[in-house]
Amino acid sequence: MTNHIPVLIITLPLIAAFLQPVTGFAGFKLRNLVIITILLVLNGLLFMLVPDVALQGKTIYYTMGASDPSQFTQPGISFPVRIVLKIDSFSLFTGIIVGVVTLTTFLFSTGTVKEDKRKSYFSTLFLLFTAGLMGMSFTNDLFNFFVFLEISSISGAALVAYRTYRKHAPYAGYKYILISTIATTFFLFGVGICYAQYGSFNIQYINSVLAHSYLDKVAMLFIIVAMAMKAGSVPMHMWVPDTYAEAPASISAMLKASGMVTLCAMFRFTFSLFGPSSSGAGKINYETLGWIVIVLGVLSMFIGVTMALIQHDVRRLMAFHAVSQTGYMLLGVGVGIAVFAKGDGGAAFKAFGKMAMVGGIFHIMNNAFYKNLLFLTSGVMERRFGTRNLNGMIGLGHRDTLTTVVFMIGALAIAGIPPFNGFDSKLLIYESVYKFSPVLAIIAMFVSVMTLASFMKVFYSSFMGPRRDDLIVEGAPLTKGTKAGLIILAALIILTGLFPGIIVDGIIEPAVTALTQIR
Amino acid sequence: MLSIFLYVTVVSLLILSITSVIYKRNLIKLVIALNIAESSVNLFFITLAYRPDSTAPIFTLAPALQELRMVLPSPQALILTNIVIGFATTALMLVLAVITYKNNGTLDIRKLKGVEDHD
Repeated sequence: MTNHIPVLIITLPLIAAFLQPVTGFAGFKLRNLVIITILLVLNGLLFMLVPDVALQGKTIYYTMGASDPSQFTQPGISFPVRIVLKIDSFSLFTGIIVGVVTLTTFLFSTGTVKEDKRKSYFSTLFLLFTAGLMGMSFTNDLFNFFVFLEISSISGAALVAYRTYRKHAPYAGYKYILISTIATTFFLFGVGICYAQYGSFNIQYINSVLAHSYLDKVAMLFIIVAMAMKAGSVPMHMWVPDTYAEAPASISAMLKASGMVTLCAMFRFTFSLFGPSSSGAGKINYETLGWIVIVLGVLSMFIGVTMALIQHDVRRLMAFHAVSQTGYMLLGVGVGIAVFAKGDGGAAFKAFGKMAMVGGIFHIMNNAFYKNLLFLTSGVMERRFGTRNLNGMIGLGHRDTLTTVVFMIGALAIAGIPPFNGFDSKLLIYESVYKFSPVLAIIAMFVSVMTLASFMKVFYSSFMGPRRDDLIVEGAPLTKGTKAGLIILAALIILTGLFPGIIVDGIIEPAVTALTQIR
Repeated sequence: MLSIFLYVTVVSLLILSITSVIYKRNLIKLVIALNIAESSVNLFFITLAYRPDSTAPIFTLAPALQELRMVLPSPQALILTNIVIGFATTALMLVLAVITYKNNGTLDIRKLKGVEDHD
């Protein structure tokens, strides 16, 4: 049983998704209970893998349909032939983000998404989205990755357009699937170029025979551009505000998780697929690649936050912050990539490059938590006032104490104020980037200040001020599930902020080691 | 010679579709453009799998052959998957385009002008 955990993590949400039409007949409460149980089991399975994979540095393989699934290659064949799942510390880290975000988001959505009694479109699509993201985290096969990418984009687009009665929601969904389809087509083209040369889709096998020819660089361009497009980095960020603004609040949070997973996949392809191969033939120019990633990151940070400052729509504001925060991760990891293969025998990488990467990867996790929390609170604000415009909101702090407190926690965390988790990862990024190039660190700090400014605007205009009950359109108290989702996320933010050492040593550091180790 | 011609077709189809994604304004025409992109990738994979003077990859044909020349089966299987995925994408995009037309009364992306601020 235990060696089937990798495939169970992907199949559980898939099975649950296709059970929805059946469980829907049992009623609303029972159906939600079943889904929450399944998501809890999913998280339990993920955390069961932590001692083996993260702490002891093992790598678990799972070959689909083989007599001994835990072997990478089958007896008698020197190369991998079937779909292989691979769980190392980095993919486990990605999986844990998806697991936690999915659980809290679903808890929140039980109280906020309205469905007719026996219909279960929302939960079916939600679980399919989860399955797609989990598959993207764990697969070691390029075509399989493509399939999971498509599963997540199709279900994601349907969820963005879920409230079809609203004027712009279907168009936002159309935009999301348009961008996703272009990205996946580019990705598949890159995969085709790899297959043409090496006759395999297995990431690890391709890496072991990679010749670093000119064609490989073309393939890398196609694959990395596709991933950056899905993650919403700056030149390809125009879909982010529209899509995040029109989706239901819980789906904005899920889209954010999807962006994080594609970002992780992009880093994985940079190192595990196109990294230095064991055959020792040539290598890509890491310094140039690193600088490209850094420039993308700085542009994302700066353009995202300056656009966010002038928004009046709370969800668009948060979506632009999502672009801006993506920049921090790109900056941290980009510095790591730039010094990764420098001529000094890895001295610069040991001195500050690894710390920059730890900061960038840690920021992915922190960002997934606090951004999720902020999107969920924006959902509560939208429900209360029936509008997303900040000019129409005032004095929510008198009514919803819990929402006010968790919003403050989220806003302070995103701005990098000490007791919360954003501070820890941002400090790691500032310190290490300063050693690489002081100007970049100063830009990063400046962006952080602007982030605080724009969230103070939101807090002041929607939570402070006199109590205005006449503006409230939906005054029903939050359900238990909604509260539970918010409280779990707030608790995670505070705990990660107070004890960053445990998380960094236990999960982040092994993830970075697994990512950068040269096979 | 044939394969070079095919690769040129693949690249020109891809360029054609990307240009039309950038320049076309009608939501339905964008769907068509994306379908062309998908077809170009499908053609690319099929071209990769083709071997001159070979048979279809069917197991029972194998003993009858003098030398074992078959086209590669795995890209064909993958392209079958991609065609199905493309079908799902097209269906969903057309549905969303129809609902957009119902809600806004236009299919022109310049008139839709993105998602406005909520009032």
